[in-house]
Amino acid sequence: MFKQFLKLEWKQFFRSSYWQKGIAIKIIMGFFALWMMGSFLMLGFGSFFIIKKIMPDADPLQVVNSFLIFVIIGDLIFRYMMQKLPVMNIKPMLILPIKKNKLIHYILGKSIFSAFNFFSLFFYIPFAGVLIGKGYDVNGVLGWLISMLLLIQVANFLNFIINKNNIALTILAVILGSTIALQYFSLYDVTAFSQQVFDGLVATPIYAVIPLGLLVILYTVNFKTLKTQLFLDEAVAVKVKDANTSDLSWANKFGDMAPFIKNEIRLIWRNKRTKTVFLMSFAFVLYGLIFFTQETYQDMPGLLIFASLFITGGFVLNYGQFIPAWESSYYRMLMTQNLSYKKYIESKWYLMSVITAVLFVLATPYIYFGLDKYLMIAAGAAFNIGFNTLVLLYAGSFNRKQIDLNASGFGNTQGTSAKQFIIIIPVMGVPVALFYIFYLLLGFNAGIIAIATVGVLGFVTKNYFIDLIAKKYIKDKYAAIHAFNQKG
Amino acid sequence: MIHSVNISKKYKSVEVLNIEELKIPKGQSFGLVGNNGAGKTTFFNILLDLIRPTTGEITNHDVVVNKSEAWKSFTGSFIDESFLIGYLTPEEYFEFIGDLRGMNKADVTSFLAQFEEIFNGEILGKKKYLRDLSKGNQKKAGIVAALIGNPQVVILDEPFANLDPTTQIRLKKMLKELTENKEVTVLVSSHDLSHLTEVCERIVVLEKGTVVKDIETSKETLKELESHFAV
Repeated sequence: MFKQFLKLEWKQFFRSSYWQKGIAIKIIMGFFALWMMGSFLMLGFGSFFIIKKIMPDADPLQVVNSFLIFVIIGDLIFRYMMQKLPVMNIKPMLILPIKKNKLIHYILGKSIFSAFNFFSLFFYIPFAGVLIGKGYDVNGVLGWLISMLLLIQVANFLNFIINKNNIALTILAVILGSTIALQYFSLYDVTAFSQQVFDGLVATPIYAVIPLGLLVILYTVNFKTLKTQLFLDEAVAVKVKDANTSDLSWANKFGDMAPFIKNEIRLIWRNKRTKTVFLMSFAFVLYGLIFFTQETYQDMPGLLIFASLFITGGFVLNYGQFIPAWESSYYRMLMTQNLSYKKYIESKWYLMSVITAVLFVLATPYIYFGLDKYLMIAAGAAFNIGFNTLVLLYAGSFNRKQIDLNASGFGNTQGTSAKQFIIIIPVMGVPVALFYIFYLLLGFNAGIIAIATVGVLGFVTKNYFIDLIAKKYIKDKYAAIHAFNQKG
Repeated sequence: MIHSVNISKKYKSVEVLNIEELKIPKGQSFGLVGNNGAGKTTFFNILLDLIRPTTGEITNHDVVVNKSEAWKSFTGSFIDESFLIGYLTPEEYFEFIGDLRGMNKADVTSFLAQFEEIFNGEILGKKKYLRDLSKGNQKKAGIVAALIGNPQVVILDEPFANLDPTTQIRLKKMLKELTENKEVTVLVSSHDLSHLTEVCERIVVLEKGTVVKDIETSKETLKELESHFAV
């Protein structure tokens, strides 16, 4: 039986849509995973020496211990948002002659090996190795390491229990917030408490039985709750949320474009991935804080222009590059409807422009960093609205990858192809290059004016270009329909 | 009238459809039947200009479908669930289609009133997105959407599949009424021979992409079809 389960796992892994992606994506995702692992490894090996260097008097293990409490709470919050027990996988097995107990042990046991439990190992294990190498008590360090491994699993199973509970996240967030606050206002030294607890593990390794006991209890609780809920209308149910129908009749004043605009707003708000993209674009506004505050970047206006484009460009760049693939699942239907391609494309242009304008308004406080910075952002906004919207809409006609709107939002690369990387050249490279040419020839203001002028020109001639883009969409219709029909 | 001349579709060297000529007069209720892979959906997809034929062309009321888009304003269709916009509620979806077909919200609401029976209280006002409806209810929504805006040509692929018996009977009645005064042309495909013989005046049997039978429906048609498909 166990062998059968393993075989299924093997096939699930290697036949997952992840492997069917293009080679470029595979390489980039692979690099990303390697980079994450690599940086954890480096941190694991290096942090002993880094801490020693920064705080020569402190014991690196104690420093790490004092922060572990934040790591654990943070890990729980991260898991709460990202990790779910994959109960649906066993749906086909419910009607097979397999004991329920076995099925539950299988899903719970499987979760022990979830990727969420692995990344931190790349830190803990080398760190413990360095500690032993530096002459720490072997038993103490091993007891500490084993406790860490057990605590990861405790977090794993605790998460499945609180996952069903909406209040749990609030409580967790409040605990994290208040510990940080207590620490920050020096009301209570949380780090000292954390250090005491985890130092205790090093001094008395046998205390590792405490997390072990905790783990056993949590596993049993999980097992018992699942056992009573292994029905299609309980744990194995597909959750259906109530539709939120807000009145969008105000959009009617857009005339012919109204149906598309309403549709687009609903598309963004009612699907996880589009919603993530939308909300992330507001986070992009903060991008400038990294660049405008650092002394080192002040002499690199090209880099600042780059940052300025990002401040208002979050939505145009992240949403625009997947037009019209967002609508791939029902693109065929749209193509049988009596719709004006021009209005269809223009509605998307309006949406991107309006949101970019809103982001620009939100960026007003950057005036604090000086008028020159603000002008850079304004020029960037003009460029995003006038030029980048059109370029991305045009590039959209080359989108040939289907996007499943029902799939999750975070870190989802569906729909990505080499095109998404090439497009960086015109939308980011052109303005920076343009700025540099005019900056070197005529000075800072000329550079800014050059970028803004391109944006304004695009804005003024937009109707002409939208006509062209519409023609391109019509021409590529069959190829797009065909490609959007291919799953995976 | 729909006139298809010399239509064929090849994928690499495999020919999936090859129909010399097919004339469907205005107001006819036309049925397409065939086993899986016979080319029914391919034919509908070409008729809707969703895929390009390798040879030939189809004219829909004097409009060559892959040359002009004028046919879209008088053609309603439902091929499969991918025609639905999953994140909309049924009401919003009908409103969207209505908007594209020049009907305002009030028009759409009064149009939908006649389908109350078919909807059976499970579609409208349920606060559910189309993606969360059952297969049968999704189909109902799709078929009704195809009828919005009084189309002259209605194309339905497998409309009876997944429907409950009551709705199947109501749908048959509705399709018959549509072609009653010979104004609306209805094209349906199905695997269910008795449904087709009941609804359609004319039935065409496809086999491996070619027309093997073209029958005016009569009392004997069902028997004839059953013996054709019995192996």
